Amino acid sequence: MRIVLEKRGEQSNAMAIASPFIALALTVIAGGIIFALRGFNPFSALYVYFVEPLTAWWSIEALIVKATPLVLIGVGLAVCYLANVWNIGAEGQLTAGAILGGMIPVLFPTFQSPLTLLLMLVFGALGGMAWGYIPAVLKNRFSANEILTSLMLVYVAQLLLDWLVRGPWRDPQGFNFPKSITFEGWQLLPNITGSIHLGALFAVLAGLGLAFIMGRTLKGFEIRVAGSAPRAGRFAGFSREKMVVFCFLLSGGLAGLAGCIEIASVVGQLQPQISPGYGFAAIIVAFLGRLNPIGVIFAGLLLALSYIGGEAAQITLGISDKIAKVFQGILLFFILACDTLILYRIRFEASARSSNLQPAE
Amino acid sequence: MKKLLATAALAALAIGVASATASAATKACWVYVGPIGDFGWTYQHHQGLEAVKKEFGDKVETAYVENVPEADAERAIERLARDGCNVIYTTSFGFMEPTLKVAKKFPDVKFEHATGYKTADNVGTYNAKFHEGRYVIGQMAAKMSKTGVAGYIVSFPIPEVVSGINAFMLGAQSVNPDFKVKIVWVNTWFDPGKEADAAKVLLSQGADTMVQHTDSTAPLQIAQEQGKLGFGQASDMIQFAPKAQMTAIVDNWAPHYIKSVKAVMDGTWKSSQVWSGMAEGEVALAPFTNVPEDVAKMAAETAEAIKTGKLHPFTGPITKQDGSAVGEAGKGLADGDILGMNWYVKGIDDQLPQ
Amino acid sequence: MDLLLTIMTASTPLLIAAIGELAVERSGVLNLGVEGMMVMGAVCGFAAALLTGSTFIGILAAIAAGIVMSLLFGFLTLTLVSNQVATGLALTLLGLGLSGLIGESFVGQPGVKIPNIGGIDPLIPGAILLTAAVAYVLFKTKAGLVIRAVGNSHSSAHALGYNVVAVRYLCVMFGGGCAGLAGAYLSLAYTPQWVENMTAGRGWIALALVVFASWLPWRAVAGAYLFGAISILAYTVQTFGWGIPSQFLSMLPYLVTIAALVVISGNRSLMRANTPACLGQSFVPDR
Repeated sequence: MRIVLEKRGEQSNAMAIASPFIALALTVIAGGIIFALRGFNPFSALYVYFVEPLTAWWSIEALIVKATPLVLIGVGLAVCYLANVWNIGAEGQLTAGAILGGMIPVLFPTFQSPLTLLLMLVFGALGGMAWGYIPAVLKNRFSANEILTSLMLVYVAQLLLDWLVRGPWRDPQGFNFPKSITFEGWQLLPNITGSIHLGALFAVLAGLGLAFIMGRTLKGFEIRVAGSAPRAGRFAGFSREKMVVFCFLLSGGLAGLAGCIEIASVVGQLQPQISPGYGFAAIIVAFLGRLNPIGVIFAGLLLALSYIGGEAAQITLGISDKIAKVFQGILLFFILACDTLILYRIRFEASARSSNLQPAE
Repeated sequence: MKKLLATAALAALAIGVASATASAATKACWVYVGPIGDFGWTYQHHQGLEAVKKEFGDKVETAYVENVPEADAERAIERLARDGCNVIYTTSFGFMEPTLKVAKKFPDVKFEHATGYKTADNVGTYNAKFHEGRYVIGQMAAKMSKTGVAGYIVSFPIPEVVSGINAFMLGAQSVNPDFKVKIVWVNTWFDPGKEADAAKVLLSQGADTMVQHTDSTAPLQIAQEQGKLGFGQASDMIQFAPKAQMTAIVDNWAPHYIKSVKAVMDGTWKSSQVWSGMAEGEVALAPFTNVPEDVAKMAAETAEAIKTGKLHPFTGPITKQDGSAVGEAGKGLADGDILGMNWYVKGIDDQLPQ
Repeated sequence: MDLLLTIMTASTPLLIAAIGELAVERSGVLNLGVEGMMVMGAVCGFAAALLTGSTFIGILAAIAAGIVMSLLFGFLTLTLVSNQVATGLALTLLGLGLSGLIGESFVGQPGVKIPNIGGIDPLIPGAILLTAAVAYVLFKTKAGLVIRAVGNSHSSAHALGYNVVAVRYLCVMFGGGCAGLAGAYLSLAYTPQWVENMTAGRGWIALALVVFASWLPWRAVAGAYLFGAISILAYTVQTFGWGIPSQFLSMLPYLVTIAALVVISGNRSLMRANTPACLGQSFVPDR
């Protein structure tokens, strides 16, 4: 059987809306089969996975808390990728942001005023921007591939944090365990409701703000041109170098902010591990959201749901954490595959209209 | 209303779910930092869970979450608490603050946090005196080593690891005062490749005995390949290195978990700081292999002396690396001093991050 | 000598995976799923070798597992033209989960080691031969010319009558096979055992090495050995007891990679000549 893609004249709006649902339906079917094969009742497994987390307010809160850093980082990365700038090292920028933001409570533990929090967040964003600036400069000055440099800098940032919390920034009362002091008062983000903290608001604002910039401003136009028609962009006088720096500062700053938000809320101190890989998961989020800031908000929530559902499945049904990972992988595959429907029609054999197309095996 | 809907939906969908929640069994739950398949730290805790299941049968229900990153711990613990767990074991140092936070919200649930130091009315801690085993293997290493140098692979400079190095060194010095140890920090608990590399480096630097405070079997396998000897960690690793393992320091959490779950069942559970060692069987030594009889006998005797309390691995006065002395003559160091240890004994060349 | 062998052992899995990915990228495809294919190779190789008692069958199984994973990637990115970066990441996620599932019953079992030939692990020279073969095919044969043409300008290659998608499928499969083999090296030679997540990020280093090598096979050898040497050297320095924080020593391989990359990339003409121009771009033939 041959699968042939036929480009649509313009992207299908119906499919743009339907494709995530088709993907979800396929995932549910595939997931059900996997669960059944492993000896679980597929219906209860799927219920626990997708529905149960949404039936209790506390787990909806947990979902939003989990989605917050994913969205914050994801929207920044979406802009980067639209402009064809490949920042893979958001995890490092997140860590750098946490280091610089966390420096304030660690070095000045008694400094307590609203200004403390403000400074922490500003420093967090600056830390992420600084860390993101390095690959940008290396790219512009030496044309060093940013995928590689940003990725390598992740490890460097993590080891730096590791050294800090095991050495100079260790809690003096902490029995020499690798932890800083625990933050309190104005060193922590206030909660909006329940366990949802102010960071969630920042994430939504970042999403809306970038949606506005991308859709309504010249800068947004410039970014899209840089990605889709770089040559045209150069003729229009848009500087590629400046675009690289802009993208890295933006996505790095948001990742740094996310890192600082995490240590000022969920984690509440500096420790060797402050993120379960949000910087990498956010790459997936950016694509799931189709590089659209609003889409990223929903994608972040969906990915967060799959994490929380996976946990629920482990606890209530004893479904192993590996099945949850496989399930996540399959979900992503289906979503990516179904996105094809937005731009293309799929035909399963060569028809008259597509006979001159290249068969794709 | 929301709850009603949820119940209705669950009833409609949960065709095959057993009515587990209806039973009066005590529910014991675990939060693991790594995968059960690490054959090290988490694996041994999971063996504890299995032992609890075996001991109590129908009277106990168990659940666990594995591979929980520190940053996600609070939610995972809360989830277990809401799911009706009566007692929750959080098995990583990094889970300390999250455990305390959740415990505050659920005063009726009991919590036990492994390797931590903060407690609350419903939060106890438990840990094992791994250094007791390390004293014994130190003696064995000094007896068996030809070069008088051991290679020591370590993960992170936390007190458990540092006191382990010190106990090992004190044990070795009791046999050979000039014994040397070369230390490599691999900055991971678990990466077979890195551990293997570190082992090779150490063996090429004149060490002929492999000691590890990391969880994979790789260092022992390398020792076996090069015809050298070593010690297993966390699990009995003899099948990986039948010709190299002299013994292994085995974490055996089963006795503690059984005792603790029993206390929860009986309603006698109280928050406490449990720190058990060889006497309670929580730190066990794998059978002595690949050593002559006199060495096995000496090791067995030392182990027995530690068990009965005749010998304390940290008996004062102990000379620190900087030359100062610590501890009263003839007396063991206080638990607090060992639990927060951040100095080396004399004779170790490495430097601790300060 | 021991030290040299240690370095070569540490470098070989990186090299094998990098060489495979190099061929993939030369054809214009960026597969970030190396880690996922590698870990699947590790578990399948281990399982097959343990069940049959033959490391040779283990190696074949690992290669097959890598190829199957890569076909999944190929179907999505080449047939359905999904985004390569996202698909590669999803592949890694899937591989890590699936390998854990397959390997559940193999944890704690001692494995079978690939026997040494003439006192040396056969895959160490094997990796060099593989490099030579890839270098030869890429630069001295027509097939290599086609691969590079497809990577540099898929529309021109298509216009010339080459089946772009088929060429890319073959390259992606080759990359998958190599990643699988690299995984088998971990579980059958480097540290003969299976544990979850045992690749521990080596797939990512392999990816970095490809760029480091500026898509030239022999430079990948240099890069892999350099990376291995610095990691080993960092441990060696520790045994001297100088008190340098180990974290800084652990940073070294990454910092040196960045520095070397900066130096190499500074040579713009070299980079321009070797970077596949269509890297990461999907291809759908127009009418």
